[in-house]
Amino acid sequence: MKGARSLPPVARAIVGGDRRALARAITAIENGDPGAGPVLKALFSRARQVPIVGVAGPLGVGKSSLLNLLVGHLRGLGRTVAVIAVDPSSPFSGGSVLGDRIRFEGRADDPGVFFRSMASRGAAGGVAAATLEAARVLAAAGFDIILVETVGSGQVDVAIREIATTRVVVLVPHLGDEVQTLKAGLFEIADVFCVNKTDLPGADSAQRDLADLVAMFPAGSGWVPRIVGTSTTVPRGIAELWEAIQAHESFLDSSGTRRAGERHRLATEIVGLVRDRVGRELTHQLERDADLRRLLDRVVAREIDPRTAAERLRPTVRRQS
Amino acid sequence: MPDSEALAKSHPIRVLIAKPGLDGHDRGAKVVARALRDAGMEVIYAGLRQTPEEIVRAALEEDVDLIGLSILSGAHMALIPRVLTLLKKNKAASIPVFAGGIIPDEDARKLRAAGVRAIFGPGASLEQIVSTAQKLARSAA
Ligand SMILES: Nc1nc2c(ncn2[C@@H]2O[C@H](COP(=O)(O)OP(=O)(O)OP(=O)(O)O)[C@@H](O)[C@H]2O)c(=O)[nH]1
Ligand SMILES: [Mg+2]
Repeated sequence: MKGARSLPPVARAIVGGDRRALARAITAIENGDPGAGPVLKALFSRARQVPIVGVAGPLGVGKSSLLNLLVGHLRGLGRTVAVIAVDPSSPFSGGSVLGDRIRFEGRADDPGVFFRSMASRGAAGGVAAATLEAARVLAAAGFDIILVETVGSGQVDVAIREIATTRVVVLVPHLGDEVQTLKAGLFEIADVFCVNKTDLPGADSAQRDLADLVAMFPAGSGWVPRIVGTSTTVPRGIAELWEAIQAHESFLDSSGTRRAGERHRLATEIVGLVRDRVGRELTHQLERDADLRRLLDRVVAREIDPRTAAERLRPTVRRQS
Repeated sequence: MPDSEALAKSHPIRVLIAKPGLDGHDRGAKVVARALRDAGMEVIYAGLRQTPEEIVRAALEEDVDLIGLSILSGAHMALIPRVLTLLKKNKAASIPVFAGGIIPDEDARKLRAAGVRAIFGPGASLEQIVSTAQKLARSAA
């Protein structure tokens, strides 16, 4: 383990398998705690590039139940797994009931598993602002595979695209309205379609409908989304689901698209971080800086318009090295 | 830096709600979970049939500020002290534990002696539970 000693103590504890330190680091990331920055910086180069599997899909289709079985399957294969399960925060109270853990079976004494519930805290797109960095810390902690369950709002869960290496979209028989959902966004992000609840009637036709849809959309990347049928009550299809995920991960390597995807995700992340910082600083300055306050006053007085004001405010991006 | 201000804005309290033991339903626990959510907390709802080991594991992984346990029968008299013992063993005795349910006075006394910080009987109002939870979480922070 190269240079573990040069790591800050918290980062060293995380890499060394201290689960409490790991849990607290995730909280710090969620809270925007200044202590999180140094830990994230120190861990970035240590976080192995492990598969990050996003599991999206409408409310109640069985995402958590599937993840629970997938964790069991992966543990059987000797792989360690971390799960981040995101649920929505109330826009009114800011609070949240995080219920995905209910489906997660015990494993109280298995150090090869880690489960973390996460509230979206107002972030759109089905994951929280902290999800990506939390996943990275989990990778640095040594987990072989990271599974991320999105909020479950269906068509808007597309932010998983910016986080996951493989995206699984879960659906259930009787697609009906869900075909609309698919057209509206989730369809384009799916690397694997999972038709769950195949113990219910209509599963075969759902898989056929889906296959027709997949055939209608030309795969730009060269990857043709796989379709897998599962049931968590029987249970069945879990090994096939993992095989499909692995097939996509292998495709990323063999086609050379993993690097491009990673590059795209990191660019998005950097832009997001800068946008957040500039936004915060600007919001702050608009209240304190006398010139900026006058500028805002003029907009309020309808002397100039918001676009003109924004152009005057446009911060320049400077590179510091 | 503006960051410190954003920070001061308040971090949601994270609370684990679970019902140890094999019996019963979780209606009461769900009502409490929703009330805590409406008060702005992030409630990790672990549900029914949790062993003390699972509860403590969840509390540590989820890094909660507070644990609420729902009690329905005398069997819990063994399970709840076990949760407290396991918390101690994991150097997490500072996480406050409260309990709610139908608890005879005698048992309530024992639980308090074992370290349960607050106990709510069927007569407790949601307001009471929420404000106590807030106080406990703040005192632990
Ligand atoms: N019949 C049947 N029911 C299932 C299956 N998988 C899950 N369910 C049920 O579907 C319901 C929702 O399951 P979850 O695993 O919580 O679904 P989810 O997609 O995680 O739900 P949200 O996180 O709320 O969006 C539960 O009542 C499960 O028991 C399945 O394969 N067959
Ligand atoms: Mg779920």
